[in-house]
Amino acid sequence: MPSEPFGAPVPQESGTPWAPVPYRVSERTQETADTATIELEPLEGTRRPDFLPGQFNMLYAPNIGEAAISIAGSPSDLRRWVHTVRSAGKTTDALAQVRVGDVLGVRGPYGKGWPLHEAEGKDLLLVVGGLGLPPLRPVLYEVLSHRDRFRRVEIAYGARTPKDLVYYEEIQRWRGRDDLRFQVTVDRAGTEWYGDVGIVTQRIPDMRFEGSSTVAFLCGPEIMMKGTARALQERGVLTSRIYVSMERNMKCGIGQCGHCQFGPYLLCRDGPVLPYASVERFLALREF
Amino acid sequence: MSPAPSDTAGVLERKDLGRLLEVLNGAGYRVVGPRVRDGAIVYDELRTEEDLPIGWRDRQEAGTYRLERSEDGRVFDFNVGPHSWKKYLFPPHHLLWSTRQEGNRLQVAPGPTLEDKPLAFLGVRACELAALQISDRVFQGGVVDPTYSQRRSSALIIAVECSTSAPTCFCPSMRTGPEVTQGFDLSLRELLSPWGHRFLVEAATDRGRALLRQLPLRAGTEEDQGDLGAQRARVRAGIQRSLPVDEAHDLLQENLEHPRWETVGRRCLACTNCTMACPTCFCSTTEEVPSLSGETSEHFRRWDSCFNLAFSQLHTISVRSSIASRYRQWLNHKLGTWWDQFGTSGCVGCGRCITWCPVGIDLTEELAALRAKAPSTPTTAQGAKA
Amino acid sequence: MKEDRRELARELRTHPFLQGLDPGFLDAIEGATQEREFETGDPVVREGEPAGELILVLQGKIGLELVAPDRPRLSLLTVGPGEIVGWSWLLPPRIWQVDGRALKATRVLTIEGNALRKVLEDRPKDAYQFMLRLVPVISRRLHIARIQVMDIHAV
Repeated sequence: MPSEPFGAPVPQESGTPWAPVPYRVSERTQETADTATIELEPLEGTRRPDFLPGQFNMLYAPNIGEAAISIAGSPSDLRRWVHTVRSAGKTTDALAQVRVGDVLGVRGPYGKGWPLHEAEGKDLLLVVGGLGLPPLRPVLYEVLSHRDRFRRVEIAYGARTPKDLVYYEEIQRWRGRDDLRFQVTVDRAGTEWYGDVGIVTQRIPDMRFEGSSTVAFLCGPEIMMKGTARALQERGVLTSRIYVSMERNMKCGIGQCGHCQFGPYLLCRDGPVLPYASVERFLALREF
Repeated sequence: MSPAPSDTAGVLERKDLGRLLEVLNGAGYRVVGPRVRDGAIVYDELRTEEDLPIGWRDRQEAGTYRLERSEDGRVFDFNVGPHSWKKYLFPPHHLLWSTRQEGNRLQVAPGPTLEDKPLAFLGVRACELAALQISDRVFQGGVVDPTYSQRRSSALIIAVECSTSAPTCFCPSMRTGPEVTQGFDLSLRELLSPWGHRFLVEAATDRGRALLRQLPLRAGTEEDQGDLGAQRARVRAGIQRSLPVDEAHDLLQENLEHPRWETVGRRCLACTNCTMACPTCFCSTTEEVPSLSGETSEHFRRWDSCFNLAFSQLHTISVRSSIASRYRQWLNHKLGTWWDQFGTSGCVGCGRCITWCPVGIDLTEELAALRAKAPSTPTTAQGAKA
Repeated sequence: MKEDRRELARELRTHPFLQGLDPGFLDAIEGATQEREFETGDPVVREGEPAGELILVLQGKIGLELVAPDRPRLSLLTVGPGEIVGWSWLLPPRIWQVDGRALKATRVLTIEGNALRKVLEDRPKDAYQFMLRLVPVISRRLHIARIQVMDIHAV
C-alpha cells in the first residue's frame, strides 16, 4: 500500500478585521445636556482612512464596549475623526463623557453613504430630525466646497427644543449664507425662542425647489422620514430621488452579527443610506 | 485477495474503521464528531472508534428527541442532533480582542483565531455540508472573519452519507441531500447487509486522497453498489416533510402581514432553541469584560438570537417587542431575505429547529399555512402586532 | 384710504386660506375685514379673552403659546404667512384657548367673528367650502400635536 505522510496543516494566525485602532481625543465640545462632539486623532501615523458622507465608525470605549456612530466631520480634514455622540446607554455615556487626552478605539468607516453625485445639477434638500444632523453634516461640507455643482440647497432641521440643537454656532453661520437656506424648527420652546415651533415636515411648504429636479436626503426618526417623504412626494419629488438613513442596533459593522437587518438589508453593509423606494413598504410594517 | 482500490475510492471494512481515527489523530488533527452525551448525540472530541455512537439510534419528531439502542451494530445509524459544526468554526463564546491601558496608551491584541490543532470533522451529513457552504458566504463572502476562515480552511471534512432518515428531515426539497455529493475531503457510506458491514470511501481532494491512501481498502463490487442503491431508496422513502425552497422568498415577501404570524407567535416561547440548533444561524452580540483593576479588558463575541427581546433594541425600545414579530423576522430571514443578503436560502432542511422546538413548531407547516391561505387583500388591522 | 381698502380686498382674496372661494362670499366678508400690524413681542391674542376674529397671517410669525400660572410659557406652534390663527370665534364660548405673540414684525388681516358667522349661516354652500378649508387646518394641527406628544427626538 502506498504510504505518504498525511500531515495536518500548520496553524497560522493572522490579523483580525475586528480589532479597533487607538485614537486620542483631541477635542470635546458639549453640544447639549446629553450630547457631545468629540474629535479623534490617530496615535500612529498622521491621517485617518478616507470616508464617504453618511458612513459610520464603530467607536470603542475601553472597558465599556462599542457603538456605531455616524461620522460628522469634513471628508477633506484627513487628520481627525469627528463624531457627535448622545448619551443613551452605557457605551454612548462613556463616549460622550470622554476627556481630551483619553484614548478610544475606532473601527471603520463602514456602510454606504449618501449618493451626492445624484444631486449634482439638481436642487438638494436635507430634511433632518434630531441627531440626524451629524450624518448629514459631511454632506454640507462637501456641498459647500463644490457649491457650483448643485442648484438650490435647502435644509430643514427639526429638534426637540432649542436646547437640543447641535452645532448651534455653525448653524448660525450657515443661516447667514446666501447660497443655501437653513430652516430650524423645534417641537416645543419657551419664550426665549423666536424661531419656528412645530414639526419639521411643516417646513416643507416653505422650502424652495423644483420637485421634478430635486434630490432629498432624510435622516431622523422613522415617523419623521415617512411624513417628510409623503410631503415631498406631494410636491412632486420623485420617490426614486429620496434617500433615507436607517438605524438599527449594530454590533459588528461588517454584516456578520445579524442585528441591523431591515428586511433584505444588512444596514451596516447595504446601508445605512438606502433609497426610500426600497424601504417604503417595510416602513409601513409594524415591528419590522 | 480482494482487487485493489483506485486512488479516489475503495471499501473499508467495519473492522478497519478504527484505523481512520488512528491516522487522523496521528497526523495531528483534533478529531471531532458524534458521540453520546446527556441523552443525545452531540459533536465532541473523538479519540478512538469506541467514542462513536455505535449501536445507537435516534427517534425524532416535532418537539421530540430520544436515543435508543439498535441491535445491528451500525455506527452512524442516526440523523443530526442538537449540535452542528458551526460551534467549531463560529465558537459560541469567542475572544475578539483584549486591551491594556497604560496611562494614555491603549494596546489592542487580537484574540486567537485558531485552536492548537486543526480540526477533522468526522460524520458531516449532506445537509451539513450545505450548511458549511452557506456559512462560507456569511463569514467569508464579504469581510472575511479570520477565526471562521482559518479554521474552515484547515479543517478536514469527512462526510458520512445518511443511512436513515428522521421524520423531521426535508433535505430533498431543499436540494441539499440526503446523498453526499460534494463539499468534502473524504466521504463514507456505511452499508450493512448479508454482503457485510463496510464503508464505501471516496476522496474528493488532495488531502482526502492522501488520507485514503493510508486506509486498508479493497475495490468496490456490484454488491456494494446494489446495497447503496437500496439504502438510498430507503432513506428517501422515509422523508415525509418538504418545503418549497424556490417559492419561499416571494411567498414570505407577500405575506408579511399574514394573520398566521399571530397564531405562531402565541405558540412560540422565544426560547431561542431553533436558532442555537440551526447549523446556519449566525447572529451574535458582543460583551466587554474588564478586569477588576480596569487595566485590561476583553471583548467577546457571543451567540445571540433574533428571538431575544434585546436583539432589536434601538435607543430605549425593542423594535420587535412581540414574539410574533420575532418569529416573522426569523422565518423571513431564514427562507426569504437570506437570498437577498447571501444569494442562497439560509435553510438546509436538517429539521433541527422542528425537533428542538419545545412546543413543536414546524417551519414547513408554517410556510404551508402561508401558502394555503394568503389573505386576499393586505390589511393593516391584522398582522404581526403585539 | 380708498387705495388701502383696494389693497386689503386684494390681499383677502389672494390669501391661501380663502383664495378660490366664491367671489360673492368673499365680497360679503370683505366689509368685516381689517388689517393689523404687530411688533416683535406684541400680544396678538390672549388666552381666556373673547375670541372675536379669524386671523389671516400676511407677513411675519405668530407663536401660539400655552400659559399656566405654575409653569413657564410653552410655545407649541408658530404660524406664518398664508396660515391662519383661530377657530375659537366659531365655537361657543368663543374664548381664546392660547396666547398668540408676534415673534417678528407681523401683518395680518382679521375678519370679525360675528359678521363672518352671519355670512356663513346665510350662505350654506359657501360655508361648506369654507369648512373644507378650516377642518384640514384643525386636523393638521392635531396631527402635529400628536407627533409632539410622541416626543420623537427624545432618547
